[in-house]
Amino acid sequence: MATVELSFSALPVHVRTARLIVTAVARRSGVAEALLDEVRLAVGEACSRAVEAHRRHCPDEPVRLELNGAGSRFEVVVSDTVPGDDAAGGLPPAAASDETDFLLDDGAAELGLAVIAGLADDVEIESTPKGVQIRMSWPAQAAAPA
Amino acid sequence: MDLKVNDYTTDDGLTVINVEGEIDVYTAPKLREKLIDLVNKGKFHLLVDMEKVEFLDSTGLGVLVGGLKRVRAHDGSLELVCTQERILKIFRITGLTKVFGIHDSIAEAQEKRKGAK
Repeated sequence: MATVELSFSALPVHVRTARLIVTAVARRSGVAEALLDEVRLAVGEACSRAVEAHRRHCPDEPVRLELNGAGSRFEVVVSDTVPGDDAAGGLPPAAASDETDFLLDDGAAELGLAVIAGLADDVEIESTPKGVQIRMSWPAQAAAPA
Repeated sequence: MDLKVNDYTTDDGLTVINVEGEIDVYTAPKLREKLIDLVNKGKFHLLVDMEKVEFLDSTGLGVLVGGLKRVRAHDGSLELVCTQERILKIFRITGLTKVFGIHDSIAEAQEKRKGAK
Protein backbone atom coordinates (compact mmCIF):
# COMPACT_ATOMS: atom_id res chain seq x y z
CA MET A 1 0.00 0.00 0.00
CA ALA A 2 1.17 3.52 -0.72
CA THR A 3 2.30 5.70 2.18
CA VAL A 4 -0.52 8.10 1.42
CA GLU A 5 -3.42 7.73 -1.00
CA LEU A 6 -5.61 10.62 -1.93
CA SER A 7 -8.54 11.05 -4.22
CA PHE A 8 -10.14 14.40 -4.84
CA SER A 9 -12.98 15.86 -6.89
CA ALA A 10 -11.83 17.11 -10.27
CA LEU A 11 -11.93 20.78 -9.29
CA PRO A 12 -9.07 23.26 -9.78
CA VAL A 13 -9.37 24.48 -6.19
CA HIS A 14 -8.25 21.07 -4.87
CA VAL A 15 -4.99 21.04 -6.82
CA ARG A 16 -3.44 23.37 -4.28
CA THR A 17 -4.49 21.02 -1.47
CA ALA A 18 -2.85 18.14 -3.34
CA ARG A 19 0.35 20.18 -3.69
CA LEU A 20 0.42 20.91 0.04
CA ILE A 21 -0.06 17.25 0.95
CA VAL A 22 2.57 16.06 -1.52
CA THR A 23 5.10 18.56 -0.20
CA ALA A 24 4.47 17.49 3.38
CA VAL A 25 4.79 13.76 2.60
CA ALA A 26 7.90 14.34 0.43
CA ARG A 27 9.57 16.23 3.27
CA ARG A 28 8.59 13.49 5.68
CA SER A 29 9.98 10.86 3.29
CA GLY A 30 13.41 12.47 3.30
CA VAL A 31 13.37 14.35 -0.01
CA ALA A 32 15.98 17.12 0.16
CA GLU A 33 14.62 20.59 0.88
CA ALA A 34 16.16 21.87 -2.36
CA LEU A 35 14.00 19.42 -4.35
CA LEU A 36 10.68 20.13 -2.64
CA ASP A 37 9.81 23.01 -4.96
CA GLU A 38 10.31 20.73 -7.95
CA VAL A 39 8.17 17.98 -6.42
CA ARG A 40 5.42 20.46 -5.61
CA LEU A 41 5.39 21.96 -9.08
CA ALA A 42 5.66 18.70 -11.04
CA VAL A 43 2.91 16.99 -9.05
CA GLY A 44 0.76 20.12 -9.29
CA GLU A 45 1.16 20.03 -13.07
CA ALA A 46 0.17 16.37 -13.24
CA CYS A 47 -2.87 17.02 -11.04
CA SER A 48 -3.90 20.09 -13.09
CA ARG A 49 -3.67 18.03 -16.25
CA ALA A 50 -5.79 15.26 -14.74
CA VAL A 51 -8.38 17.73 -13.41
CA GLU A 52 -8.71 19.37 -16.82
CA ALA A 53 -9.09 15.97 -18.50
CA HIS A 54 -11.78 14.90 -16.02
CA ARG A 55 -13.65 18.18 -16.37
CA ARG A 56 -13.88 17.59 -20.10
CA HIS A 57 -14.75 13.90 -20.03
CA CYS A 58 -15.93 12.73 -16.59
CA PRO A 59 -16.37 15.60 -14.10
CA ASP A 60 -17.89 13.35 -11.44
CA GLU A 61 -14.93 10.99 -11.25
CA PRO A 62 -12.21 11.79 -8.71
CA VAL A 63 -8.51 12.18 -9.53
CA ARG A 64 -6.28 9.72 -7.68
CA LEU A 65 -2.89 10.31 -6.16
CA GLU A 66 -0.56 7.75 -4.60
CA LEU A 67 2.51 8.78 -2.67
CA ASN A 68 5.10 6.25 -1.69
CA GLY A 69 8.04 7.30 0.42
CA ALA A 70 9.04 4.06 2.06
CA GLY A 71 12.05 3.23 -0.13
CA SER A 72 15.09 5.10 -1.34
CA ARG A 73 12.96 7.08 -3.73
CA PHE A 74 9.86 9.17 -3.19
CA GLU A 75 7.37 8.11 -5.82
CA VAL A 76 4.16 9.84 -6.86
CA VAL A 77 1.53 8.42 -9.20
CA VAL A 78 -1.23 10.67 -10.50
CA SER A 79 -4.04 8.74 -12.20
CA ASP A 80 -6.98 9.90 -14.21
CA THR A 81 -9.79 7.81 -15.69
CA VAL A 82 -9.84 9.43 -19.11
CA PRO A 83 -8.76 6.93 -21.77
CA GLY A 84 -5.32 7.89 -23.01
CA ASP A 85 -4.71 9.64 -26.26
CA ASP A 86 -1.61 10.48 -28.21
CA ALA A 87 -1.22 13.86 -26.55
CA ALA A 88 -0.61 12.27 -23.19
CA GLY A 89 1.48 9.43 -24.47
CA GLY A 90 4.80 11.15 -24.58
CA LEU A 91 6.75 13.97 -23.05
CA PRO A 92 7.86 16.88 -25.16
CA PRO A 93 11.54 17.69 -24.81
CA ALA A 94 12.09 20.36 -22.17
CA ALA A 95 13.19 23.46 -24.03
CA ALA A 96 15.27 21.26 -26.29
CA SER A 97 14.34 23.22 -29.34
CA ASP A 98 15.20 26.80 -30.19
CA GLU A 99 11.81 26.99 -31.82
CA THR A 100 9.42 28.54 -29.33
CA ASP A 101 6.91 29.95 -31.76
CA PHE A 102 4.69 26.93 -31.18
CA LEU A 103 4.01 28.32 -27.72
CA LEU A 104 2.43 31.33 -29.32
CA ASP A 105 0.13 29.18 -31.38
CA ASP A 106 -1.82 26.43 -29.70
CA GLY A 107 1.09 24.73 -28.03
CA ALA A 108 0.49 26.20 -24.60
CA ALA A 109 -1.31 23.02 -23.57
CA GLU A 110 1.98 21.17 -23.91
CA LEU A 111 3.60 23.38 -21.30
CA GLY A 112 2.44 21.26 -18.37
CA LEU A 113 4.10 18.12 -19.67
CA ALA A 114 7.22 20.09 -20.55
CA VAL A 115 7.40 21.35 -16.97
CA ILE A 116 6.98 17.82 -15.58
CA ALA A 117 9.69 16.52 -17.92
CA GLY A 118 12.01 19.29 -16.83
CA LEU A 119 11.45 18.88 -13.11
CA ALA A 120 10.87 15.26 -12.19
CA ASP A 121 13.96 13.19 -11.65
CA ASP A 122 12.33 10.24 -13.36
CA VAL A 123 9.01 10.28 -15.26
CA GLU A 124 6.89 7.60 -16.88
CA ILE A 125 3.59 8.18 -18.58
CA GLU A 126 1.35 5.21 -19.10
CA SER A 127 -1.61 5.73 -21.34
CA THR A 128 -4.16 2.92 -21.25
CA PRO A 129 -7.84 2.47 -22.16
CA LYS A 130 -8.60 2.94 -18.44
CA GLY A 131 -6.82 6.23 -18.13
CA VAL A 132 -3.47 7.98 -17.93
CA GLN A 133 -0.97 7.45 -15.14
CA ILE A 134 1.92 9.81 -14.60
CA ARG A 135 4.56 8.26 -12.38
CA MET A 136 7.32 10.52 -11.05
CA SER A 137 10.04 9.94 -8.52
CA TRP A 138 12.84 11.73 -6.72
CA PRO A 139 15.67 10.50 -4.51
CA ALA A 140 14.89 10.33 -0.80
CA GLN A 141 17.11 9.78 2.18
CA ALA A 142 16.06 7.50 5.00
CA ALA A 143 12.72 8.58 6.38
CA ALA A 144 12.86 10.80 9.41
CA PRO A 145 12.38 8.95 12.69
CA ALA A 146 8.85 8.88 14.03
CA MET B 1 -3.76 31.63 -0.81
CA ASP B 2 -5.73 33.81 -3.14
CA LEU B 3 -4.26 35.78 -5.99
CA LYS B 4 -4.11 39.56 -5.82
CA VAL B 5 -3.86 41.47 -9.08
CA ASN B 6 -3.56 45.26 -9.21
CA ASP B 7 -2.47 47.61 -11.94
CA TYR B 8 -1.48 51.20 -12.60
CA THR B 9 -0.31 53.03 -15.68
CA THR B 10 2.83 55.17 -15.65
CA ASP B 11 3.23 58.58 -17.31
CA ASP B 12 4.99 56.98 -20.25
CA GLY B 13 2.07 54.67 -20.99
CA LEU B 14 3.37 51.47 -19.43
CA THR B 15 0.78 49.51 -17.47
CA VAL B 16 2.32 47.71 -14.49
CA ILE B 17 0.41 44.70 -13.16
CA ASN B 18 1.36 43.67 -9.65
CA VAL B 19 0.63 40.02 -9.01
CA GLU B 20 0.79 38.54 -5.53
CA GLY B 21 0.18 34.96 -4.44
CA GLU B 22 -0.07 31.64 -6.28
CA ILE B 23 -0.85 31.44 -9.99
CA ASP B 24 -2.22 28.00 -10.75
CA VAL B 25 -5.12 26.26 -12.46
CA TYR B 26 -7.53 27.71 -9.88
CA THR B 27 -6.34 31.33 -9.75
CA ALA B 28 -4.99 31.87 -13.28
CA PRO B 29 -8.42 32.88 -14.70
CA LYS B 30 -8.26 36.02 -12.52
CA LEU B 31 -5.01 37.08 -14.16
CA ARG B 32 -6.37 36.17 -17.60
CA GLU B 33 -9.42 38.38 -17.02
CA LYS B 34 -7.21 41.26 -15.92
CA LEU B 35 -5.03 41.01 -19.05
CA ILE B 36 -8.08 40.79 -21.33
CA ASP B 37 -9.69 43.73 -19.55
CA LEU B 38 -6.57 45.89 -19.93
CA VAL B 39 -6.25 45.10 -23.64
CA ASN B 40 -9.95 45.87 -24.11
CA LYS B 41 -9.28 49.24 -22.47
CA GLY B 42 -6.53 49.96 -24.98
CA LYS B 43 -3.58 49.18 -22.71
CA PHE B 44 -1.15 47.41 -25.00
CA HIS B 45 2.17 47.86 -23.19
CA LEU B 46 2.09 45.65 -20.13
CA LEU B 47 4.67 44.84 -17.48
CA VAL B 48 3.79 42.02 -15.10
CA ASP B 49 5.60 42.33 -11.77
CA MET B 50 6.11 38.75 -10.53
CA GLU B 51 8.25 39.56 -7.50
CA LYS B 52 5.49 38.62 -5.05
CA VAL B 53 4.39 35.50 -6.91
CA GLU B 54 4.89 32.49 -4.65
CA PHE B 55 3.98 29.79 -7.14
CA LEU B 56 3.58 29.63 -10.90
CA ASP B 57 2.55 26.65 -12.99
CA SER B 58 1.95 26.03 -16.68
CA THR B 59 -1.59 27.40 -16.48
CA GLY B 60 -0.09 30.71 -15.41
CA LEU B 61 2.48 30.50 -18.19
CA GLY B 62 -0.35 29.87 -20.65
CA VAL B 63 -2.16 32.99 -19.43
CA LEU B 64 0.99 35.09 -19.89
CA VAL B 65 1.51 33.66 -23.38
CA GLY B 66 -2.14 34.40 -24.17
CA GLY B 67 -1.68 37.97 -22.96
CA LEU B 68 1.41 38.35 -25.11
CA LYS B 69 -0.50 37.19 -28.17
CA ARG B 70 -3.24 39.71 -27.47
CA VAL B 71 -0.96 42.73 -27.07
CA ARG B 72 1.16 41.72 -30.07
CA ALA B 73 -1.98 41.84 -32.18
CA HIS B 74 -1.98 45.58 -31.34
CA ASP B 75 1.79 46.04 -31.77
CA GLY B 76 2.07 46.05 -28.01
CA SER B 77 4.37 44.33 -25.53
CA LEU B 78 4.11 42.16 -22.45
CA GLU B 79 7.24 41.91 -20.35
CA LEU B 80 7.98 40.63 -16.87
CA VAL B 81 9.80 41.66 -13.73
CA CYS B 82 11.19 38.62 -11.95
CA THR B 83 14.33 37.85 -9.97
CA GLN B 84 13.07 34.76 -8.13
CA GLU B 85 15.11 31.78 -9.20
CA ARG B 86 12.33 29.23 -8.65
CA ILE B 87 10.00 31.18 -10.93
CA LEU B 88 12.68 31.90 -13.54
CA LYS B 89 13.47 28.20 -13.67
CA ILE B 90 9.99 27.45 -15.02
CA PHE B 91 10.48 29.98 -17.81
CA ARG B 92 13.83 28.39 -18.66
CA ILE B 93 12.47 24.82 -18.68
CA THR B 94 9.73 25.76 -21.11
CA GLY B 95 11.93 27.91 -23.33
CA LEU B 96 9.86 30.99 -22.54
CA THR B 97 12.87 33.10 -21.57
CA LYS B 98 13.25 33.53 -25.34
CA VAL B 99 9.69 34.77 -25.68
CA PHE B 100 9.38 37.23 -22.79
CA GLY B 101 11.54 40.19 -21.90
CA ILE B 102 12.42 39.57 -18.24
CA HIS B 103 13.73 42.43 -16.11
CA ASP B 104 15.21 42.74 -12.62
CA SER B 105 13.03 45.70 -11.66
CA ILE B 106 10.26 47.96 -12.89
CA ALA B 107 12.80 50.80 -13.15
CA GLU B 108 15.05 48.69 -15.37
CA ALA B 109 12.13 47.82 -17.65
CA GLN B 110 11.22 51.50 -17.93
CA GLU B 111 14.81 52.46 -18.73
CA LYS B 112 15.05 49.87 -21.49
CA ARG B 113 11.71 51.02 -22.86
CA LYS B 114 12.95 54.60 -23.00
CA GLY B 115 16.15 53.45 -24.70
CA ALA B 116 14.20 51.53 -27.32
CA LYS B 117 11.97 54.47 -28.23
